[in-house]
Order: sequence, then C-alpha cells, then structure tokens
Amino acid sequence: MKPNLIQKFVSLAAVAAMVVGAGGVRASEEIMEASGNPVLTPELPIEQAILTRAPFVPPAIERKHTARVVVRLEVVEEVQRLADGVEYTFWTFGGGVPGSFIRVREGDVVEFHLDNHPTSKMPHNIDLHAVTGPGGGATSSFTAPGHSSQFTFTALNPGLYVYHCATAPVPMHVANGMYGLILVEPKDGLPKVDREYYVMQGEFYTTGRNGEEGLQMFDPEKAVDERPPYVVFNGAVGSLVGDNALQAKVGETVRLYFGVGGPNLTSSFHVIGEIFDRVYPEGGTKLVQENVQTTLVPAGGSALVEFKVEVPGTYILVDHSLSRAFNKGAIGMLKVTGPETRVVYSGKEIDEVYIGQASDAGSAASKREAQLIAAKKEAIEANPEIAEISKEIRMERGKKVYLTACFACHQADGKGLPAIFPPLADSDYLKADKERAVRAVVKGLSGPITVNGKPYNNMMPPQDFSDEQIADVMTYVMNAWGNEFGTVTTAEVKKVRRGE
Amino acid sequence: MKTGECRWSRGRRTRRVRPTLLRRGFGGQARVVALCAALFCVVALCAAEMVRVPAGEYRPLLKEAGEPGSVAVAAFEIDERPVTNGEFLEFVRENPKWRRSRVSSLFADTGYLAHWADDLDLGERAPAEAPVVRVSWFAARAYAAWKGKRLPTTAEWERVAAVGFTTENGATEREYRAFVLGWFSKPTPEPLPAAGVARANLLGVRDMAGLVWEWVSDFNTALVSGESRGNTDQDRNLFCGAGAVSARDLENYPAFMRAGFRSSLRANYVVPNLGFRCAR
Repeated sequence: MKPNLIQKFVSLAAVAAMVVGAGGVRASEEIMEASGNPVLTPELPIEQAILTRAPFVPPAIERKHTARVVVRLEVVEEVQRLADGVEYTFWTFGGGVPGSFIRVREGDVVEFHLDNHPTSKMPHNIDLHAVTGPGGGATSSFTAPGHSSQFTFTALNPGLYVYHCATAPVPMHVANGMYGLILVEPKDGLPKVDREYYVMQGEFYTTGRNGEEGLQMFDPEKAVDERPPYVVFNGAVGSLVGDNALQAKVGETVRLYFGVGGPNLTSSFHVIGEIFDRVYPEGGTKLVQENVQTTLVPAGGSALVEFKVEVPGTYILVDHSLSRAFNKGAIGMLKVTGPETRVVYSGKEIDEVYIGQASDAGSAASKREAQLIAAKKEAIEANPEIAEISKEIRMERGKKVYLTACFACHQADGKGLPAIFPPLADSDYLKADKERAVRAVVKGLSGPITVNGKPYNNMMPPQDFSDEQIADVMTYVMNAWGNEFGTVTTAEVKKVRRGE
Repeated sequence: MKTGECRWSRGRRTRRVRPTLLRRGFGGQARVVALCAALFCVVALCAAEMVRVPAGEYRPLLKEAGEPGSVAVAAFEIDERPVTNGEFLEFVRENPKWRRSRVSSLFADTGYLAHWADDLDLGERAPAEAPVVRVSWFAARAYAAWKGKRLPTTAEWERVAAVGFTTENGATEREYRAFVLGWFSKPTPEPLPAAGVARANLLGVRDMAGLVWEWVSDFNTALVSGESRGNTDQDRNLFCGAGAVSARDLENYPAFMRAGFRSSLRANYVVPNLGFRCAR
C-alpha cells in the first residue's frame, strides 16, 4: 500500500474514533486491520462473483478493467447419490462435486470468503492453485465448523486452475469431493465459443465394491493403495448422461473446462467421435496443440479443449483408461442435435455378410467347395444309422442338462408334481406341439394350461441354455420315460428364438 | 468424589430408572428388589463415572527430529463419557455467569449453547442425556473446575482414544477402526444421541469416537499457529505436503483428523459437534 493510503486510513479511523467517542477501542482495531492488510485497494469497483454448479460455467467476463471480486464459497458436508442405490457423504465446496466454478479476470483482486457450515464435522480450508502465496490460501483459510475465514489475493497469472481442500488428511478431503476449478481469464479474454461446460474427474474410495448399495464409507486403505471402486465425472456415476447430458447444436463450437481432482489418478481424457480442434494443455493459456484425440490431464491439473460439432448424435466423454470408463463410471455424454451432414459422416451405408477366407468368396472353386460340404452333410444326416446314433448322443447330453435344471420341478421321472408342475412323461401337451414346447424352454411360459386333462397355472422362467443344449434336452424329454415324440434340432431352436 | 456430586447423580439416576421399573408392573416384594437394584445402579454409576487409566504412553502424531518417539502418561482418571446437556444445565444454574444470555463474548462465541431453548431450558434440540456441545474451551474448563476436575491433556486423551474394544491398540483392530472411521462418513445427527451408550473400550471408557469432538486442555499446542509459523524454520503445519513431513504414522487418518480439528480452534470457539469430558 502506498504511504499516503495508509495515512488516509489512519486519519479516517481517527475521525471515526472522534465521532463515535466511546467506540474508540473498535476504531483502533480498524487501524490495525487496515495497516495489516496492504492489499486493500478501495478504488477498485466491487463485484460479486457469479458461481455455478457443474456442468455450467459463469458467463464470460466482458469488462476491460480490474475489479475487486468478492467470492463467497460455502463448505457443506452432505449425503448425496454416488451411483444408483449408492450414497456417500460428500464434502463439498458449494453443495456439489465438483465445487462451484469461479471465474475472474487476470489482475483482479479477489476477496475470498470461506464459510464452513455449522453442521460440518471437519475443519476445512482452500488451496487455490491460482493463488501466488504460501499454501495457495490454505494457511489463511483454515476454518472450524460454523466459522468463516477471509483472505484476499491478486490473480496474477491467467489460466484454468484447480482448487481443493488442503486440510489433513488431505487425500481424504479431496477424495470426499473437495475440489473445483477457478478460471483466471487473460486480460484480453478467451476466444468466443458457442458453448462452455465444466467437467471434472475424481475417484471415490468406498468400503463397498462398485455397485454395493447403501451409504458407503471412505476406505483409507484403498485410498493409500490407489484402488478406487469409482472413477466418475462431476461427482457421480451418470451425472452427465440422459437428461443431464451436455447439449450442443450442429455447427457450434464447444469448450470444455476439464479438471482432475483426483486425489490420485490422472485422466486420459477423450471424447468418442470427436477430435479436439484446439487444446490448451495443463490449463495454461498458450494454444500448443491442434487435432488431438486424447489429452492427458494430471491430478490437480486441468485442460481446455475446444471442438466444433459437425454431426448430430451422442458423443461419449471418457477417461480412455477404459476400465475406469466401463467399470467404474467415468462416462459422460454430449448430445448434438441438428441436421445430418452426410459428407462428414455417412452413417451405415452397407451391411453385408463377410466371409473371412483366403480365397475369393465369389470364385468358382469356393462355390463348388461349399456345395460339396453341404451335400456331404445332407448325406450323413439322411443315413438312418447315423441319425439314430446322433439322436442317442443328443439324448445323453440332454439328460445332463435335464438334471442340472429341469428335474427340480418336473422331477427326475418326468411326472412333475400334482397341480403344481405339469408332467413331461406321457404328456399330451408336449406331444401335441413341439414348437410350443421349445418356445416354453427358450422364452418361458406362464399362465393357465391344461395337461392330460388337469389344469396348471404356474410360471416357468426362460432357461439360460445354448441352442444346442436346448435341442439336446428337448430331444431327451421327448424320448425319455417311454415318450416317442420325435427329435429337436439346433436349427429348430434357433428358429423359435428368432421368433419365426 | 464430592458428596454433592454423588447426590446430584443419584437424583438424576432415580428419575430415569424408577419409572421404567414401575411401568413394568413390579409390586410387593418385586418392588423392593427393584428398588434395591436401582440403588445398586446408583452406587455403581457414582463409582463408574470416572475410569482409572493406568500409566502408559502416548505416541504423538507429529514429531520433529530429536524429539522422543513417545511421551509417558501418568495414571489418571477420566470421565466414562462426555459431559451431557443435563449436567451442564446444573453448572449454569449454579454459575449464572456461564448462562447463555450472560456469558462474556471474550469467553464464548455467539452460538454458545445456541441449541438450548433458553438459558435454563434445554428444549427439544438438546436432550438431557446427549453430550453438551457449542461450549467454548473457557466454559469447558470452568465446568471441570466446578466439578473439582480438569480437562484432559492431548496426551491423556489420545492415550485413551488409542485403546480399542478388545486390545490396547485399537489401530490394529479392524472393528474399532471401522467404528472410528464410520463416524466421519456420516453427517452429525440432530439432536445428538445419548452419551454413555455406545460400546466401551477395553478401559471401560465410552464415546472416545463416534459421538462428538472433545476439547483438551492444550488443544492449541497441536500445531504451531499461523502467526508463529513465520518464526520457525520448520513448517509443522498440517496443510498439504507439510503435514506429511513430520508425521510419524501417515495412515492414521483419524489421528490426523483430530489434530487438524484441534488446530482449527480458538479458545472462545463453539462448534455444533464439539463437547468435552473431564479428567482428574
């Protein structure tokens, strides 16, 4: 602070002391405070920062001058959904994970208030990577539950910065969701785009396995070993899918402010079906790369990616370390609507059979070969001896299948249980319609039926067997216990399964 | 133990025990037996209120080169459970300067006993058996002195908290670890549940975890404060990496959390989940 400014403060305080009289003690405190805070620059216009919850981003800063920006961020510890049926006590900056997006301009003086909600169990603080100074603000913002801290910093360096809680044990605070992004826009602003979104990746170390329902605890052992059951975008499995998917229209340019909270894993960030036209790696301000498929984002780091969407459809955001995407939740969606652009992407034009053999599928030799193989197969099947042997083989295999599943209800002797499970042995229902019987095995059967004159009303679930196994077991039941109802081939089962 | 204390305890216990027995329809001889049982409970409670902790040692979470790895802790007594709203009400009844409307702002933040209905009325949010919270260090210390006791030191408190359900070292007990960590995974319920109900540790002390944070007499020595940090060469703060430099047991997350919590406090602070218990 300039000396004349200090003088101004002191004299102001002195005037205040004179006016208030009995309030002299308070006034002297103000002097202390004023001289202890040289960053106070009262000339600056004061602005309240607009904070947004992910995936939304505050509007671009239009002003061309420096301001004193007041940021008020509340820490709340809250049970929220981590996945369907799975809950977790998230520790949040602003009520959600990731924390509220903060947007200021290079050179702004940021007056930062950190409020720790009275219901919080833990003290918290904030380390903003955008701050130049010890702890990035953490040393000045350590706040007990039900208290509030204030500190002020000048946003010296433009860029996209991660902020996070830095209270011990730090990995736990971060693993519980305490991270977010602060954008310090360069003085001249960022290039205009049509859409801006905020996506942040983080992993969760739950005591239960992925998908285990109920309120999950933080597991310090898994955290130390870096074995998270969940790796997600924006704090929950499915936070960016369905109705919550990001939206854009054909022809628009999208900018993603992508950050990784961690606490431990980096992200191989990729959008399936798109190419990043421009990447500002590591959240810096220099455009260093164009036409990027996958950009690596470190834990506690960020990146700006921009791309124009030319073709309508759904684009999938993933961490291309793919087990995280397909098994742990790191999946998001960008839905692009608008007219098709066949020149850029045609959609499926041809769907035809491909025979992966060495010789040309259309050659005369291969056609002749296929004919002979078919003829041989026909000749074998026509031979009654061979047909009988193959029926016996089928029955033996079918018996095994029968004794793994069917016998429990229909009984080993095929007589079923009176009024509950209909008989198969000497069953008029089975004999009358082979196809109907196969359908019962393939697709299940429920509702009233009459077998040998007696009513049954029960439910048979579809049986999870291969077509071959069903042909076997059907052949078995149609020829066991004195039945002589014929055989069932795999082709017949396939036909039923297809619904022909 | 002072006689006044015993008399008070008996009064409270009688109120709680007898109606239950009467409701069950005891009569005649059974009633005599029940009364005897109740009296026995009262005696047992008076005796059991403080637990004798044999001499032992405390291994501080943070240590600097040259400091001893463990600190000897002499034998002492500690309350079996945290001080309750009901007990604290007696204190403010007898010590009007600690009532909510009269307490000096130097000694307690605004929010002191804010969950009570009034100066001498607990109300629904502060059940008599629940631990008292929203009390400053000054108030906790005054209560302890009134009882002829004192606040435990960090070393004493941690010595007791390190004991598990079945062994001296709770850190190696899977069940105890899960119990301690489980508390951090759930929001603080309102109103708080009763004190002295949860499973006791091997020493017979309850609620060292799982209910509320607790004041210790030397809470402000947990870490070097922000102001004096500038005067020391070593940054002993627990922020970010610095906390990991001097800590001995990097995987003892609950100890980190307690140290972190204590270091966020000032003596006039009141916190909705911070109570205390006494030692002697």
